[in-house]
Amino acid sequence: MNMLIYLIPIALLMGGIGLVAFLWSLKSGQYEDLEGAAWRVLADDEQEETRR
Amino acid sequence: MTCCMINAEAVLAMKPRAFSSEEIALASHSLGEGLRQLDLSVPDVHCGGCIGTIEKALSALTFVSKARVNLTSRRVTCVYQETSHSAPTDPALILETIEQAGYRAHLCAPVAERDRTRNQLLLAVGVAGFAAANIMLLSVSVWSGADAATRDMFHWISAMIAAPALVYAGRFFFRSAWNALKNRRTNMDVPISLAVTLSYAVSLWETMHHGEHAWFDATVSLLFFLLIGRTLDHVMREKARAAINGLARIAPRGALVLQNDGSRRYVAVEDIVVDDEIAVAAGERIPVDAVVVSGESDLDLSIVTGESSPVAARQGTYASSGAMNLTGSLVVRATKMAKDSLLSEIISLMEAAEGGRARYRRIADRAASLYSPVVHLLALASFLGWGFIGGDWKQAMLVAVAVLIITCPCALGLAVPVVQVVAAGELFRRGIMVKDGSALERLAEVDAVAFDKTGTLTMGTPRLVSLDASDEADIAVAAGLAAHSRHPLSQALFRGVIASPSAFDHVTEVPGGGLEASDGATCYRMGSFSFACGSAPSHDHGTLSEVVLARDGRVVARFFFEDSVRPGAADSILRLHDMGIKTLMVSGDREGVVATTARRLGIDVALAALTPKQKVDACDRLRDEGRKVLMVGDGINDAPALASAHVSIAPATASDIGRQAADLVFFNERLDAVPHAIEVARRSASLIRQNFALAIGYNLLAVPIAVAGFATPLIAAVAMSTSSLIVVSNALRLNTFVKLHPAKGEADRLMPEATSA
Repeated sequence: MNMLIYLIPIALLMGGIGLVAFLWSLKSGQYEDLEGAAWRVLADDEQEETRR
Repeated sequence: MTCCMINAEAVLAMKPRAFSSEEIALASHSLGEGLRQLDLSVPDVHCGGCIGTIEKALSALTFVSKARVNLTSRRVTCVYQETSHSAPTDPALILETIEQAGYRAHLCAPVAERDRTRNQLLLAVGVAGFAAANIMLLSVSVWSGADAATRDMFHWISAMIAAPALVYAGRFFFRSAWNALKNRRTNMDVPISLAVTLSYAVSLWETMHHGEHAWFDATVSLLFFLLIGRTLDHVMREKARAAINGLARIAPRGALVLQNDGSRRYVAVEDIVVDDEIAVAAGERIPVDAVVVSGESDLDLSIVTGESSPVAARQGTYASSGAMNLTGSLVVRATKMAKDSLLSEIISLMEAAEGGRARYRRIADRAASLYSPVVHLLALASFLGWGFIGGDWKQAMLVAVAVLIITCPCALGLAVPVVQVVAAGELFRRGIMVKDGSALERLAEVDAVAFDKTGTLTMGTPRLVSLDASDEADIAVAAGLAAHSRHPLSQALFRGVIASPSAFDHVTEVPGGGLEASDGATCYRMGSFSFACGSAPSHDHGTLSEVVLARDGRVVARFFFEDSVRPGAADSILRLHDMGIKTLMVSGDREGVVATTARRLGIDVALAALTPKQKVDACDRLRDEGRKVLMVGDGINDAPALASAHVSIAPATASDIGRQAADLVFFNERLDAVPHAIEVARRSASLIRQNFALAIGYNLLAVPIAVAGFATPLIAAVAMSTSSLIVVSNALRLNTFVKLHPAKGEADRLMPEATSA
């Protein structure tokens, strides 16, 4: 029973971390272009370096 | 899979229409710090190679600081500096670069940065999923037999997780249910909201009084399942909407207005006032209703009235907005402002034509209006029954909640959207975009189809059908002349003949007549018979258009054209007849041409020379006969009929307003899209009916258990999930049906075609 005092918050915290990670990925636009992302994995050269 | 064919037509010397730098600047928006962002639609990208090609080509431009291709929405976002080397940059270079890489690019309405609703829905799904999973874990421990103190603590924790999740994730349902009740209607969201709030309230009450059963898990899982359905539905429609928005805008954004001092200024269409003089170059569209002041040309009215052959324009000719100026530059004087032009007449006609959409009630709402009173009365009856007969009001309340949960608005709430999402996804893969789910329901009821002719049954572009020439060299000459003109017949000639065109240094185009060029001593003329030979034609060729090439006034070659029928049109009409659907043709074109086309395609009834109003009347007459009409059309003149018909389809090449008015838009060239869409719609209608039958059958089994008071939270949770799973798997059977009945012309690779003509 005393175990639960620790375990339940830990379980909720871990679930919460997962939820926060999902929210972050949504906010940073990772679901904007799923098809493009699938192809970019296969691109040979790094085209990510844009000249700023 | 073939990849990245360079589109030869896009790189033709005669581009259908280049955008002026002013127009591009108007379409881009400033990001501050001297940077501007330009969103372009590139309909041809479809693989990783395309992404690399375009991004590399654009990054090579010195003033472009960022270029990114979005493959899902087929757009390029390009951030560029306003000035490079202290001179203003020319954004037209960006379009040119993309076109040189072999892709068509055109301006499109800037998209909202992200789809806000979709993100809100996804967030809600995430939150509901998190809550459902955690509460379910706690519930499992309770069901496995936790003792009283632990059970109470677990219930409290569940209650605390569920409360914020309900408020946050349930707001979509509560809002929609409240709106329905405010208007004295009921929809699917009313029983859902009621079940959720009541079950939560009762569970909380039970928890406070150390009760044995709580339904927190059922409450949150219900929301989680329904939100998934809702999100899929939204994403599907958004995808279709984005694809339609990515099409080229046909109406011009602005025009060159002549100033008093003789200079020209680029003015947005909304700011053009009556009596402004506007310069319209060849290949541009007339921006507002106007009268020609000077210049001679031919006007293509196919998208305005459905007239398939161009009309000559000279001083005093009335030019309606949307007409394409083909052969010469014109100066026109605006007679109306943009908001009063032909388009706005059409829009008011559209508003007057009460659409099938407005009268239609969604099948889910009709089901809900039967379902919710029955379920709610049942819950009330069992509450009163248990209360008066058993005398235990707390037990009565528990039973009533169990009834509400176990009747599961979940299965009913998923029955329709899941089928429609699967169907819309299937159609999307075939290049048919569905704007909303109710269109599929309406499409399934169709028993008559009204087709527009120009641009719908036909491609709206002429095709060379036969030629009569004695000498190969003359054909080469004709092709060489044709390369210099925008006139649809010249373009068709250039595409249609297999000869390397002869080169001419100087070709003059005589608007309303044809082309003229001299090659040393000989003078070539190509165009109508009277222009080429200077005499009246000897005989008439009925419905074929004729172009004559004359050398020094003597005919050396003749070419015959007709408006090419859309591929698969005849097959599609046959398929429609096999499905027991009546077909008719409503066209604004001339009687002779319409009758010929109808005969060739085997269409039952053909009506010619119709005004937009008469097209609406034709649809209304059919409706009064008790038929459900599907209207297929593309022009500005079809828009009112598209809006008033029971359901409507437009090709992607349609006018802007036609695309807006239609419920579905198809992107491939073949007309097979029409019968195929109807087949899929009918199939999904029968699946929806099956789903309702399954959900109701399940209720007949489950409700007695609940009313008898045997439904523990465990049984409720299991029953609820099973019913949802059954409904979803039944919806997925649509795919197997489609695999068994592949559409004809499957070999045609789907390439969303967006015209910029």
